Amino acid sequence: MQRLVGMCLGVPGRIVSIDGDIALVDFWGVVKPVRIDVVDAPVAPGDYVLNHVGFAIRRISPEDVADTLALYDELLRRAGAGDLMAADVRSEIDAAGSHDG
Amino acid sequence: MASPGGRLEFRDVARGAALTEALAARVTSLGRAPVSVMHVCGSHEQAIAKFGLRAAFPPELRVIMGPGCPVCVTDVPEVDEAVALARQGVRVATYGDMLRVPGTAGSLADERGRGARIDVVYGAAQAVELARGGEPVVFFASGFETTAVATAAVLLADPPASFSVLSAHKYIPPVMEIVAEMPGSAIEGFLAAGHAATITGWGVFERFVERHRLPVVVAGFEPLDILAGLVRLVEVIASGEPRVDNAFPRCVTREGNPAAQAALWRVFELQGGRWRGIAHVPNGNLRLRDEFAAWDARRRYAIDVAALWDHAPAALVAQCQCGDIMAGIASPHDCALFGRDCTPDAPVGACMVSAEGTCKIWHQYGGHPDLREIRRRA
Amino acid sequence: MTERRLVDERISLKHGAGGGAMRALIEQIFAPGFGEVAGGVGLSAMDDGAALPIGDRWLVVTTDAHVVQPIFFPGGDIGRLAVCGTVNDLAMMGATEPLALTCAAILEDGFPRCELERIWASIRAACAEAGTTIVTGDTKVMRRGELDRIALTTTGVALTSRVVTDRGLRPGDRVIVTGTVGDHGLAILATRGELAFDTTLVSDVAPLNGLVRGALAAGGAGVVAMKDPTRGGLSSALHEMAGKSGVAIVVDERAVPVRDEVRAAGELLGIDPLLVANEGKAVLGVRADVADRVVDALRAHPLGRAAAIVGECIAERPGSVIVDTGFGRRLLGEAEGELLPRIC
Repeated sequence: MQRLVGMCLGVPGRIVSIDGDIALVDFWGVVKPVRIDVVDAPVAPGDYVLNHVGFAIRRISPEDVADTLALYDELLRRAGAGDLMAADVRSEIDAAGSHDG
Repeated sequence: MASPGGRLEFRDVARGAALTEALAARVTSLGRAPVSVMHVCGSHEQAIAKFGLRAAFPPELRVIMGPGCPVCVTDVPEVDEAVALARQGVRVATYGDMLRVPGTAGSLADERGRGARIDVVYGAAQAVELARGGEPVVFFASGFETTAVATAAVLLADPPASFSVLSAHKYIPPVMEIVAEMPGSAIEGFLAAGHAATITGWGVFERFVERHRLPVVVAGFEPLDILAGLVRLVEVIASGEPRVDNAFPRCVTREGNPAAQAALWRVFELQGGRWRGIAHVPNGNLRLRDEFAAWDARRRYAIDVAALWDHAPAALVAQCQCGDIMAGIASPHDCALFGRDCTPDAPVGACMVSAEGTCKIWHQYGGHPDLREIRRRA
Repeated sequence: MTERRLVDERISLKHGAGGGAMRALIEQIFAPGFGEVAGGVGLSAMDDGAALPIGDRWLVVTTDAHVVQPIFFPGGDIGRLAVCGTVNDLAMMGATEPLALTCAAILEDGFPRCELERIWASIRAACAEAGTTIVTGDTKVMRRGELDRIALTTTGVALTSRVVTDRGLRPGDRVIVTGTVGDHGLAILATRGELAFDTTLVSDVAPLNGLVRGALAAGGAGVVAMKDPTRGGLSSALHEMAGKSGVAIVVDERAVPVRDEVRAAGELLGIDPLLVANEGKAVLGVRADVADRVVDALRAHPLGRAAAIVGECIAERPGSVIVDTGFGRRLLGEAEGELLPRIC
């Protein structure tokens, strides 16, 4: 599944290397220097960071991502519907899988 | 299924469809209409437009865009200062959005057309690099606290003497107070910007909730983040117990990012000031502290804005509804200029200039059409 | 929304952006007084080229001026661009056998000979790829500062027995793109040093006549509209096709092929890949019954491997381009003026 649409805010990228206050960050094949002097936690190559106008403002751990997804699924569960995924959406997802580049 | 920063999962259409249905069910169960909520972030509007979410929102839910576009709320005299500096021959660097924002006597783009040296930069660090050549460069800095952190960081990293900052940075929490206190406001809750809260922490909204008894939910910018944020917001409204809720836990904590806050408040202090089209906002402006006077363009240069003020504002400007639109009182369709005399090509108001402006976004995405009825591809 | 645009007192960058401002300029300043071409396609059609009836065939003519910064970019250079731009415009009219091209060069005083040789080597190679040649040209040299290095203008001619315009769509037709979109525009943007991008993005600049020949052979009369999404990107091409045909086009955004890197660069800059230029892609409008056959033919060609059906035409809201994002729907905007990186 790789159909994303453009939106530059809060773009997460993966740190490739670090030199002082500057990290080279890989955003899906686009590598860009990002300042890490105001990031919230120590970062190392391999970590994901949230970038805003050339500064990393948050280290994103895989657990954080999992937590957010769990929250959304909890919202769905609380909404009380057993299967909210409409049939046409299901078929769309199946179809999407097949024309993935 | 692992993806960089989990971005892909947040654009999963199946979860999106499910959240859309959950949102409709929640709104219906409130048993009244319309339910009005406000987001205060241009990037939320951008994402809502980009992903076509308005076609997915239940009709009973009004999601109003508040004063959340930093470029749009940059006041005319602030633009005038940058224009005056450029006219005085000073090299000005700024974000792309600011280039075409009209001041009293035109925009920085107009000045560039007349030969002034204006550089569009992607970030504050790039403006500093320009100044390293030795020629004085003024960075005309706009944006909310998130973006101000970047400006603060470069000022704390030993910038050259040739660099200075003309700060038009603004601070979001105070303007929410103003909107909440507007007479006749029907807003029942706020969706707060996830990136700003990444810096400040969601705790910054607790006092607001106490004072106004209106819920605030922090949300991110992926389509699922926005849908989930709205589901959560309607849930809190239904509970009748206003509170701050964090629907963006992968980035936002109660405390926020202490390193970024330290940088922000070491460099900036709050001052009252006008937000274009809104009001005087107490503590709404971020201005450089005295310790950074050497890099403060306002203190380094005699900026002659008065020279611009012989120009009477164009007749059209008097009809511009940007203020009401940003305050969430009017929509672009209430403005006689929208789409006819005011287009992205020839903008009258700031809302039509900025990529995050309501009018620009509505115009770009078709004037807020109702596309619910357009059938899906067979 | 309807809007009546008037051309301003002075021409600005937006008039060259490929969107509404440019169309207004052509309609109000360039086109008036030149009439129609009986039995063919003239300037007022604002298609990719003109088609002049000659016997039972048409002579297709097109001309294109090229400036690009930098002149050598990943994946190509101004020479390759100048050949492909014109060959592709001919192909978009259905004329896939270019007889010959002309090439006029305007150079700035001091332009290095070795760069000129490099550019002309690239022109020769592109001509060979497209199966055509340059038969005449012109040279001017301007004083330093009067021109930004080099401008190339190419004109191409070709005969065809069937003209395909950009206005033949009707409800139910499918819209196909021949490959990934946004490659050229974002590759060029990424070369801007101040963005400090390190990418492997390359321009897609390529002659499409061979690819289109295959599609026309497969789809026959079922191929009813063609356009190359150059300036203004896929968005401008779709808007023109929808507007001229009197239909709306519903695009399935998730079906539009976009490289990950292009998408990432677009996100970092706040620029929509659907709004930036392509130099080696075509948009085809086809009848539904030939759509799969045309896609198969395209995919059989090296330049069409990622070809996909991306949309469908409907009768409601004629002239608009509606994007189904999977989450909801929106109208697609058009590029206005220069593309500027956003603040956030």
